[in-house]
Amino acid sequence: MLAERRGARIVRTRVEVQQQTAVGDAMVRGLVRAQLGLALRVALTVVCLLGAVPLISHLLPGVAGVTILGVPLLWIGLGAGAYLLLFAFAWLYVRLAERNEQDFTDITDA
Amino acid sequence: MDSPVPVLTVVGLVVAAVATVAIGVYGVRMARTTSDFLVASRSVGPRWNAAAISGEYLSAASFLGVAGLVAKYGADALWYPVGFTAGYLGLLLFVAAPLRRSGAYTVPDFAEYRLGQPWLRTLAMLVVAVICVLYLVPQFQGAGLTLNILLGLPGWVGVAVVGVIVIANVVGGGMRSITFVQAFQYWLKLTAVALPALVLAVHFAGDDRAVDEPLPPTVVDATTVDITVDVVVQVAEPLTVTVRGEVDARPVDGRITLAPGEHELAAGTELALDAGSSVPVVAGAPSDGAAWSSPGAGIGEGPQHHLFQVYSLMIATFLGTMGLPHVLVRFYTNPDGRAARITSLAVIALLGVFYLFPTLLGVFARLYVPQLLITGRSDAAVLLLPGSVLSGWGGQLLAALVASGAIAAFLSTSSGLLVSVAGVLSTDVLRGRVRDFRIAAVLAGVVPLLLALSVTSLDLSRWVGQVFGIAASTLCPLLILGIWWRGLTAVGAAAGMIVGGAVAGGAALLAVVAPFDPATAGGWPSVLSAYPAAISVPLAFSTMVLVSLATRSRIPVDVGRVFSQMHVPERLGLGRDRELGAFDDRHSATAVPEPQPVPDEHDRPGGTIG
Repeated sequence: MLAERRGARIVRTRVEVQQQTAVGDAMVRGLVRAQLGLALRVALTVVCLLGAVPLISHLLPGVAGVTILGVPLLWIGLGAGAYLLLFAFAWLYVRLAERNEQDFTDITDA
Repeated sequence: MDSPVPVLTVVGLVVAAVATVAIGVYGVRMARTTSDFLVASRSVGPRWNAAAISGEYLSAASFLGVAGLVAKYGADALWYPVGFTAGYLGLLLFVAAPLRRSGAYTVPDFAEYRLGQPWLRTLAMLVVAVICVLYLVPQFQGAGLTLNILLGLPGWVGVAVVGVIVIANVVGGGMRSITFVQAFQYWLKLTAVALPALVLAVHFAGDDRAVDEPLPPTVVDATTVDITVDVVVQVAEPLTVTVRGEVDARPVDGRITLAPGEHELAAGTELALDAGSSVPVVAGAPSDGAAWSSPGAGIGEGPQHHLFQVYSLMIATFLGTMGLPHVLVRFYTNPDGRAARITSLAVIALLGVFYLFPTLLGVFARLYVPQLLITGRSDAAVLLLPGSVLSGWGGQLLAALVASGAIAAFLSTSSGLLVSVAGVLSTDVLRGRVRDFRIAAVLAGVVPLLLALSVTSLDLSRWVGQVFGIAASTLCPLLILGIWWRGLTAVGAAAGMIVGGAVAGGAALLAVVAPFDPATAGGWPSVLSAYPAAISVPLAFSTMVLVSLATRSRIPVDVGRVFSQMHVPERLGLGRDRELGAFDDRHSATAVPEPQPVPDEHDRPGGTIG
């Protein structure tokens, strides 16, 4: 009995999205907003982190002069660290974006 | 540079070129219209796909240009490879999954899908064609430079040879962008750049020299440099050299002392540096090690407004990648939006690994082949390094490896670009038959070939950076606003692309054709024309938004359906794949049935194409 009712509701919520009823439209808008918010937050964080580098090394030349094993910190940061940073945030974004989509599917399947 | 032609290098070049062409021809036999590219490849896994994207993306600008820029400009130039990689983060965040779900495989296709206007498709197609043509120019020039350096051929011969090979290959139907070939290209290029870098690193570790001393770079042995184009160099301390030719517009033959400051060397001049002598560097580049290793020297436009140069470059590269046609079309080969995301993630990893090595090679180039800094043709650094540091077979083998990597880089990227632009032109302008594709390929190949022969020239990477700026000011706002903002209208999109394209394109044109004197108006004209993105990108976005708001009544009626398709996961069964136009029609004579868009079946697991 319960299983049957559940099945009926899945079809109905999917149809709501597919037919773009008011409910379906609101759900899609919610998903788009969540995904855009996530993308903007990640982009802003990365841009602030990378964007701060030229400014800091301009304002505080001493920081850029710091060396590790004879290699300037800036060269380590931009030559290798930046790629790790980009990958880490890309990985984080992929996980969170998939979770947003999972949440959306869960609603339609609920 | 006048050493006899090394046999191994010639072999490496020929093998790489023949292999690329042969695999292309053979691959076409296998792929036919079944289009590995559009249908079978929809099931290509993210790893192969990511290697293929990276293989096609890493062009002459990355393989040769990055090391050259690092050698010449130092710390600030590190932003080029970082930006080239960060572009894929922008692509991942804002474009990858929704674009794949839209089913559009090129930007013109997306424009029509999203805004429903065929004329907007045509406009976007024009922008794509311009970007492709401009992107091809540095590829051809890089090829000319490579053959000039390695074989001593005049520059135009190399440009013509590689240009003709690429055009003939694409016209003949070769070099379809077979996934596994492109994936192989990535690993070849990585090996060709990593192995010399690692070998030189070992050599460097046993060699007690530092790069960041407050001294100009020096040559170890007596070195003769031929100046092939007029160049202005700067000298940090009085320098005695033997010159035959023209210095500061006066004929010179014999030993002279160059006073600190700038000097003009005319084309055809021969400059002989004594062993241990310091090396003058091209004007606008940092002249001593300390200035080179710390930020603030600028990237080609001198220390004036260096922060603006860096930030503008960041904007251009972060946002420009998503507009590149040969990159976007590959995302279509992902089975679904989720795979498109994972592919972008893998591309970031692969590019990050690759770009570690050009940076290293750039540093070594400043140490071991500083004479390149005089002529300004520092793009040759990667090619010359192995031979000049290591003697004997080891050096020759490495040089041959690098040469084949370089030729692979030109051929793969330029063929990919030419296939993209010819596909777009033949379906959107001509009638999409096989013959039309060939006509389009010849036209789209000859124009950049002529440009490459007649225009000299920025550094390879800087030229590519300009093209990124144009893409970021035209196609990027169209994609981002089209995917995320329901209010975009066709008129708004067109206005934004025209304004952004005119500003960024006009600046690029000025920078190449009639460069400003850096002394004019506090340096702003030359800096702005070299790095226009910080102005042109916000301008394009705001034009697009404002004009769209003003034409609010013309928002497409089906925007809700389009948004659902782009953003709802495939498993809910809303997506669809578009009909295959541009890349399939030209072979449709060979009788494989056109794949049809699959009707919505929400019960199908794994999206519309299973």
